[in-house]
Amino acid sequence: MRRVVITGAGTVNALGLSVPATLAAMREGKSGISDLNFRDVDRLAIKIGGQIHNWDTESRFNRQQIVLYDRFTQFALTAAREAITQSGLEFIGDLATRSGVIFGTSGGGLTTQDDNYRMVYEEGKNRVHPFVVPKLMNNASCSHVSMEYNLKGPSFTVATACASSNHAMGQAFNMVRCGMATAMVTGGSESMLCFGGVKAWEGLRVMSKDACRPFSLNRNGMVQGEGAAVFVFEEYEHAKARGADILCEVAGFSMTSDASDIVMPSKQGAARAISGALQDAKLNPDQIGYINAHGTGTAANDKTECAAVADALGYHADRVMMSSTKSMHGHLIGGTGAVELLACIMALKDGVIAPTINYEEPDPECALDVVPNEARDVQVDAVLSNAFAFGGLNAVLALRRVH
Amino acid sequence: MSSEIKDKVIAIIAEQAVLEPSDVTEGQSLADLGIDSLGLVECIFAIEETFDISVPFNANEPDQSDFDISSVASIVTAVESLIAEQKA
Repeated sequence: MRRVVITGAGTVNALGLSVPATLAAMREGKSGISDLNFRDVDRLAIKIGGQIHNWDTESRFNRQQIVLYDRFTQFALTAAREAITQSGLEFIGDLATRSGVIFGTSGGGLTTQDDNYRMVYEEGKNRVHPFVVPKLMNNASCSHVSMEYNLKGPSFTVATACASSNHAMGQAFNMVRCGMATAMVTGGSESMLCFGGVKAWEGLRVMSKDACRPFSLNRNGMVQGEGAAVFVFEEYEHAKARGADILCEVAGFSMTSDASDIVMPSKQGAARAISGALQDAKLNPDQIGYINAHGTGTAANDKTECAAVADALGYHADRVMMSSTKSMHGHLIGGTGAVELLACIMALKDGVIAPTINYEEPDPECALDVVPNEARDVQVDAVLSNAFAFGGLNAVLALRRVH
Repeated sequence: MSSEIKDKVIAIIAEQAVLEPSDVTEGQSLADLGIDSLGLVECIFAIEETFDISVPFNANEPDQSDFDISSVASIVTAVESLIAEQKA
């Protein structure tokens, strides 16, 4: 089978509007969580999130684009531009037909739905803009990126809640690996920070009102974020032949289903996904230097995830570093695995391990090295990125440093 | 008034447990009645809607909430005091 490498990365999220800005913030352990600012926020009980505040839509897109681009599409297009520019690829001829786009998202154009439902239900209007459907559809971001960059190969959108991005990137990885595609533009995008989006999450009573504190004994829930991250996955020989700058190798992927509960996580399902990714990558547990945790900051996830890692890695679990960058950028739901992959690339390429910030009290049920509060300079050769979705759908990626 | 609140709370809990209200006793816990964490969140939602009150409850720290969910009786008491506070 062919090897797959990452040759481009792009992002916009609450920590920064580019990869360098985001990695600098992660290195410094900065928080991107702030007071939410949108219509009707005063009617919410949860008023914080990883919102992108300095997003000037009008300066980024023209009028014709804005009527078609929901915020999640705007984020995806902006991140894709950074990633594809970095890769140096130009999708023409055979490369265009052999390259596609696979994105994860959970809510799709949720802000567009929210705005338009409000208009017809609350304001009593009987007419909506003609482009509401193409603007809100979950595959809008995928399709606009394919049109913008002439990507004519296999393209679709994956929706598996909090694991969407990892599932999407896993598909892209396997398509390049098995020869279905030469390059794939992949990642995820989410923009649920609108009144209806946050109100729905509030109902479940798992959100924190003050901060996301993964693995800390005093954690009290998740904090939502928004944004996108996009990568160029490319066949290794193709990248090498053109002298591309290789960020790291995607070495393995595994997905499992808990088949047990619609919201509660399962140790067994998560552990099987972690072990599966190691096997797929032909890595031993003791070769893993860092794990980017799912680490939502809920009582249930964090202790289950630590137990799953201990099961899958055995004695090595006591030595591995595992952090949750959700403490900084929030939980981007369908886009979260993509933004978190940036921390994995930083670990492999720069030898910097992003911290879990807001860590205040050790929890005996989360007794792993969670890299509390401060980044560390450690060179690692292989890493994992966990994503465990509501509905019990788990997706874990394994990545390796390319020497 | 108080027994009316109690009857309504027990009706909500009974519906969640798929039992007749007469089969729910005040000393039972939600676990005794087979109600899991999702069922609890649904009960709280129904209580909020029925009595038009706001219940301070975070599923991540159920023990730290002022809203005592340890038994049917404690839930009734907690609802009564929330109604007294919020409707005062």
